Order: sequence, then C-alpha cells, then structure tokens
Amino acid sequence: MYQRYDAVIVGAGGAGLMAALNLAGHGHVAVISKLYPIRSHTGAAQGGIGAALGNLEEDHWEWHMFDTVKGGDYLADQDAVEILCREAVETVYELEHWGLPFSRTPDGKIAQRPFGGHTREYGKAPVRRSCYAADRTGHMILQTLYQQGIKNQVHFYNEFHLLDLLIEQGRCAGVVALCLATGEIYTFHAKAVILATGGCGRIYRVTSNALALTGDGMAVALRRGIPLEDMEFFQFHPTGIYKLGILLSEAARGEGGILRNRDGERFMQRYAPTLLDLAPRDMVSRAIYREVQQGRGIDGKNYVHLDVRHLGSEVLDQKLPDITDFVRTYLGIDPLREPVPVQPTAHYAMGGLPTDLEGRVVIDEKNTPLPGLYAAGEVACVSVHGANRLGTNSLVDILVFGRRAGRHAGKYIEENDWVPLPPSPDGPAQDLVNQLLSGNGNERAAAIRDTLQDEMMDKAGVFREAKGLEAMQQKLRELRQRYRQVKVEDRGRKYNTELLEVIELGGMIEISEALVAGALARQESRGAHSREDFPKRDDPGWLKHSLAYQTPKGIELKFKPVTITKFEPKERKY
Amino acid sequence: MKVTLKIRRFNPEKDEKPWWGEYEVEAEPTERLLDALNYVKWYVDGTLTYRRSCAHGVCGSDAMLINGRNALACKVLLKSVGNKVTVEPMRGLRVIKDLLVDLEPFFEKYKQVKPYLITHSLTPEKERMQSPKEREVFDDTTRCILCAACTTSCPSFWANPEYVGPAAIVNAHRFIFDSRDEGREERLEILNSSDGVWRCRTIFNCVDACPRGINVTRAIGEVKKALLFRKV
Ligand SMILES: Cc1cc2nc3c(=O)[nH]c(=O)nc-3n(C[C@H](O)[C@H](O)[C@H](O)COP(=O)(O)OP(=O)(O)OC[C@H]3O[C@@H](n4cnc5c(N)ncnc54)[C@H](O)[C@@H]3O)c2cc1C
Ligand code: SF4
Ligand code: FES
Repeated sequence: MYQRYDAVIVGAGGAGLMAALNLAGHGHVAVISKLYPIRSHTGAAQGGIGAALGNLEEDHWEWHMFDTVKGGDYLADQDAVEILCREAVETVYELEHWGLPFSRTPDGKIAQRPFGGHTREYGKAPVRRSCYAADRTGHMILQTLYQQGIKNQVHFYNEFHLLDLLIEQGRCAGVVALCLATGEIYTFHAKAVILATGGCGRIYRVTSNALALTGDGMAVALRRGIPLEDMEFFQFHPTGIYKLGILLSEAARGEGGILRNRDGERFMQRYAPTLLDLAPRDMVSRAIYREVQQGRGIDGKNYVHLDVRHLGSEVLDQKLPDITDFVRTYLGIDPLREPVPVQPTAHYAMGGLPTDLEGRVVIDEKNTPLPGLYAAGEVACVSVHGANRLGTNSLVDILVFGRRAGRHAGKYIEENDWVPLPPSPDGPAQDLVNQLLSGNGNERAAAIRDTLQDEMMDKAGVFREAKGLEAMQQKLRELRQRYRQVKVEDRGRKYNTELLEVIELGGMIEISEALVAGALARQESRGAHSREDFPKRDDPGWLKHSLAYQTPKGIELKFKPVTITKFEPKERKY
Repeated sequence: MKVTLKIRRFNPEKDEKPWWGEYEVEAEPTERLLDALNYVKWYVDGTLTYRRSCAHGVCGSDAMLINGRNALACKVLLKSVGNKVTVEPMRGLRVIKDLLVDLEPFFEKYKQVKPYLITHSLTPEKERMQSPKEREVFDDTTRCILCAACTTSCPSFWANPEYVGPAAIVNAHRFIFDSRDEGREERLEILNSSDGVWRCRTIFNCVDACPRGINVTRAIGEVKKALLFRKV
C-alpha cells in the first residue's frame, strides 16, 4: 500500500500531537501511532509541568534554567535549556487556552507546587514551579492535545506500527508501517518525518513505563545508521511501588511526603541536607540503594518507606488522588495509616536521537542535520536534561520541542520536494515480517525478554561497574543469538500482536547494546550514570556527549562537545 | 494461587464461531488479571489477543467483561476474582479478535459531542481565571480515560447502537460545566436529539463499570437538567 503525504508524524503522545497541531494547515499531514492517541504514556504523567509563572512566589526562567543545568550535572546543552525554560511559560498558557483544567490557586490562577531540584535564587530553597492538575497532569495534557487534534481535523492512522525509516540521497523519504487491523504493510512517502515514539523503559525489569514503551523509534533509526546520543543516562525514579514499579509521583514528596528507612529515619538528611527528600532523582535513588546495601532497607529487603500519613486525607484526596488510589488498589494498604513500600523504578531515557534546537535529527559530531528527519519527546535528545532530568521537565520538553519540530517541518515541506523512494521501499519490512511468520525457531520471546530485563536491571541500573557491563555485553550477544531462533505462534495477519511484541523485542536488544556500550566507555560518574569503579565526575575527560552508532562490528562511539553558555560546571551539592 | 482463566476466543481468520479456551495459571493473589493474561500469551498461547499498555489503569486499553462485569484487566487483582474467572470482550461493539473489539464507532460518538473547548471571546495573554469552586464543578468528568466500559455495559446502548452513550455524555459534561467554555448551547443541542441523553434510562450499570469511579449517571442527570432548564 502506497500513501503520499507532505509530512508524517510517528507517535501521538504529547510530542507527536504538539507537532501535529503546529503542522496543521501547512500541508497534507498524517499521524501514525501504534496505540490510539489517547492511550499514549504521556497520559500517565502525574506531578506537573514546570514553568516559572511565579503565580505563588517570585520565580524566573533563569532560575529554572540554572536548576535544569545543575540537575543534569552540567551535561545539558545550555542554549537548548534556555529555550526550554523561556518557552515553558508560553506553553503552559497555551495549554490553558486550549482548555486544560489546571488546579487553581484561591485567586483563580494556575496552581503550582514544589518539585525535586527546582529552587529559587540558584539553589537557596525549593520553589513552587510545577503547574499541575491534581496528580493527573499528563492525562489532562494528552486529553487536551487530542481534543485540539479533533478540532483541527488531524488525520490519524491509529494502530499502525512503525517498521522502517526510508533514507534516500542523504535525505528522509518516508516511513514503512504495519497496519495492525489488516496486517498490510504501508509505505508512507513523505517530505518530512517527525519521530515522536517515546521512551524505552521496558528494557528494565522494574519500570514505570507502559508495556508499549519499547523504544521502537530509537531502534529503527539506529539500524538506519543514525546515532543515539547519551544512551548511558537512564533515570531511575526513587518511588516506584515495590516490585510493580508503578510510579508514585515526586508530587507526594513535593506535598511533604518523607522517605524513611527501617529505623524510621529520614535518611535524606545525610545525603542532601538542604533539599532533603526533594533532591534530584538520581541522588535519591542512589541513597535508597545505599540504605539497602547497608542493611537499612525495610525488613532487610530492597525497599524503603514513603511516608505520607501526616499529610492528612484532604491533601491525599485533593492533590494526590490517583496515587492514593494506586496504593489502595495494588498494595491493598491505606496510605493514611501505613507507610508505602517503594523502590527505584526505571523511568526515563535522557538519551535518544540527537537533535538541534529546531528538532532536526543531527547525525555526527558536527551536528549535521539529516534533511527531512525530525525527532521530539522522549525519543529525542536535544539535550535539555543532560545526565539527569528534573521532574516536570519532560512535559515541557515534549511540548516545546514538539512545537519547534512541527513548525520547522512546516517550513521545510513548503520549500522542498519529495525525494524519490529507494527501490523496493518496503522490501526490508516485508522480509522481516515474512521471516518471522514462517520461521521455525523454538525460542520464546518472553523468555528472552525476561532475561534481558533482569540482567539490565542488575548490570546497567542505578550503579554500574566495568565487570558487570562487560558481562552484560556478553549476555546481549547470547540474547541476539537466541533471538535468531525466536518463534511466533500466531501466523495470522490480522491484529497479530504477538508478531509486534517479537519485533519490539529485537529493537530492545539493540538499544540495550547502545546503552551498555556508552555506559562501559564512560569512565566517570555523572548524573544518573554511576560507576562504582569511577565514583567521581571527570570534566576534563568526560564533559561531552556520546554518540552510539550501530556497525557490523558492533556499537561504535563518537563524542561531541557540550554547549555551555551561562553556567560553568561546578560541584553538584544540594 | 492457581487460577483458571476461561476466555472467550474468536479469530475470524480461523474460527467459524467463538469458543471457550481454558488456561490454568499459577500466580500471586496480588497480581493483576492482566498479568495472568500476559502469562497465557507469553508462555502458553501466543495467539491470545487483547489491547494493553500502561498496566495501571490510566490508559484505558484493557476494558473487558470479567466475571460478567466490565472492568480493566489491569485494575482487577486475582485475589478478588476467585479461582475461576471468565473473561469476554465488551458487549455491543464488534469483536475483531478474541478480547479486542472495534472501537471506531465508540470514538465517532465521542467526536460528535465536540469534545474541545469552544471560545469566542478574546484570549488573555496569561491564563483565564477560574476559581477552585468553578473548577470543582466538572472535576469528576475530566478524569475519563475513554475505556468504553460504561457505554458497553449500558442496556440502552445494546438495544440501540445509535445512542451516543454514557462516555460521550461524560465528555460533553466536562465542557458544558467548564466556566471557560462558550459552546454549551451547541453541545446541549446535539445531546437533545432522540439518540442523545434522553435514551438514558438511569440503569446505573455505567457507574458500576467506570474504573475511574466517575459518577456517570449523575453527570448525565446534570446534562438532562441543563437541557430542561435551558430556554425557559
Ligand atoms: C508514570 C510516569 C509519570 C510521569 N510524570 C511526569 C511528570 O509529572 N512530569 C514530567 O515532566 N514528566 C513526567 N513523566 C515523563 C513524561 O510523561 C514522558 O517522558 C513523556 O510523556 C513522553 O512523551 P512522548 O510524547 O515523547 O511519548 P509517549 O507519550 O510515550 O508517546 C509515544 C507515542 O509513540 C507511539 N509509538 C511508539 N512506538 C511506535 C511504533 N513502533 N509505531 C507507531 N507508533 C509508535 C505510541 O503509540 C505513542 O502514541 C512521567 C513518566 C511516567 C512513565
Ligand atoms: S466514563 Fe468511566 S467507564 Fe466511561 S469511558 Fe470514561 S473512564 Fe471509561
Ligand atoms: S493497560 Fe492501561 S488501563 Fe489497563
């Protein structure tokens, strides 16, 4: 099946929808998404979207910028962070104008609350910067953008799964996708493509990410010779529900919740005396691991307590109703009466497809764009989050850079023509599907995936060291071998969800290879990347971004400099 | 614990009519029904088909008929369903494969009620003001995740597939009662038709089914009231 559009957006979460809304009216545009847009994981975001509105106390985008740079352990590109924090303010107002039902201050303005790592006057004390709608901010953002999509008659291809990216004459020529309903393979010929396929948390065992977050966009691009930037930086959020990984937003601590060890001690006092429980996530997650290592986990096990009992029923019901419900539903306990068992949960990929300030994918150390190809949202790395993202900054990122990518692509499609398609554009995708559907291997995909997730959690999680990472590389080689023998029981064409899971798994292994190669190479500890064997940050050696390329010989790494404008790197203390 | 899943299966590429598959699963009582379904799909029969994504009740993918009642598989814990659980697709929408149904008609109805903020007056530079009290009035209906559990549990909808259904009314309510919205009349007019709110017979199945705990019947009642007191 052949379709031609001016632009195709892959993914209908916050980033994809924002790009679509900014492209609407500029040409013939389609959005393809493996999930119905409203099922995207942006809807799971809880705590808020950061913007220096100053509705409750003085605040400035420069303070927000400083916090973001420092939170990212000085690896973020500061020109991009400046855009993020300046444009955050107009973005939040735009959402409100589109109808987003924010919680309100007594005088009717958008309500704001404190969040980890967000401070006033360059680190003096927490500031109320997170704009929220109870603990369902992402739900409201996703709903609002989808509603605007309906209003603007955006053309959606729902339940279409990206399989391949077409590049011809050094320019992007479109994408290939599988229609779930019919099993047919579509070639979308397009002048511009915006990848907005979200994150890849499912490479880890315990994660806050949806089952659908398998990093497909990253994998498809990697195979087409596009590098992945800073993949070694993966954020573990300190408060996932024990074993399940379901997120309990930092908003719980923003509203006053406290982390305690087996002795009931507020252990963050020892790790971050100023910001305490609201220190950035990488630090809090490491603190929890240390407490557990030193035998102070609850009952000697690998979890601690999040205590919100003192907040009272009004705060829980009004400001944190969803996470209160999660605790009741999944743990069967009442957070008003009992502290909640939590452990760090794999949450957010700081790395992704390298882009410039306009959302264009750039493919080398000199930031050369690949014309016609854009990326935005968690799949991309601008880089605004550096080595560790602050809470509330992803929602800003997906919208600010989703918009920029949409706008730039809008101009691009007016000024450029279609690149001819490569010969047999859907050939590789057809081969992949046919091979899987006719193969006679006997490896269960689920067994391979289970091993991948357990091993990644163990060897490439919160703490890493050379020995474990090398062992992980060996494991990944084994998994790749086993994957060659993977079996697909469902041989049908229509809604073959098993086939899709198997295809996703192939990509998860490849992304993990990029992540582990970066983690092994980076001999320092910075932000979310903590090496037991290199515990210090090393600016002379490592203040640079990694770029991981897939080659026949395995992952090859290159590096590019960090853009520093306003804030010179300093030691990171809270 | 041991749980037997009795699942209504149907694959149009193979089966002439639906059949029941039975699967025994060893699981923790605190696991979700979705975990048990995943176990079957991943380790027993890869052809089992359903939708899922978030696994914690916020994306609306996995509404299905569980022991005769609509619910999200990811919000039902095994300990609450007993040793044998029957799982079927939602009623009133065409079954495409196993537990997966055709949602297109459902979303079409949602679109009918103009589910987006309508304004004519000038947009301020900063936010529009709204008091916490004005915000509270429509809080309940902002929580809808469009899972379709309410609409497909409604006898009025089964009897008349043209009925817009509770989910669409909930989403109309969310705007009709938003102090910032100026499209109230248009929306009320749409709901005033014979396939609009008046088809609701206040049977309350929807309230029971809603995984977000939205008081769907109350929302429909408020819309009916708004219609009655409209042009007088
Ligand atoms: C539980 C949780 C809470 C969070 N809370 C916050 C918060 O309070 N504040 C904050 O700033 N950030 C938060 N985050 C992070 C933030 O929500 C995400 O990073 C962000 O929403 C990602 O948006 P996105 O548009 O990039 O991707 P997503 O919303 O994940 O959307 C991805 C889209 O891509 C599509 N897709 C994927 N693969 C394919 C494929 N192969 N083919 C076709 N389509 C595909 C999917 O269908 C989907 O539409 C939270 C994250 C989680 C998990
Ligand atoms: S009102 Fe409740 S049951 Fe109905 S679609 Fe919305 S969330 Fe689902
Ligand atoms: S999987 Fe998202 S609601 Fe159940």
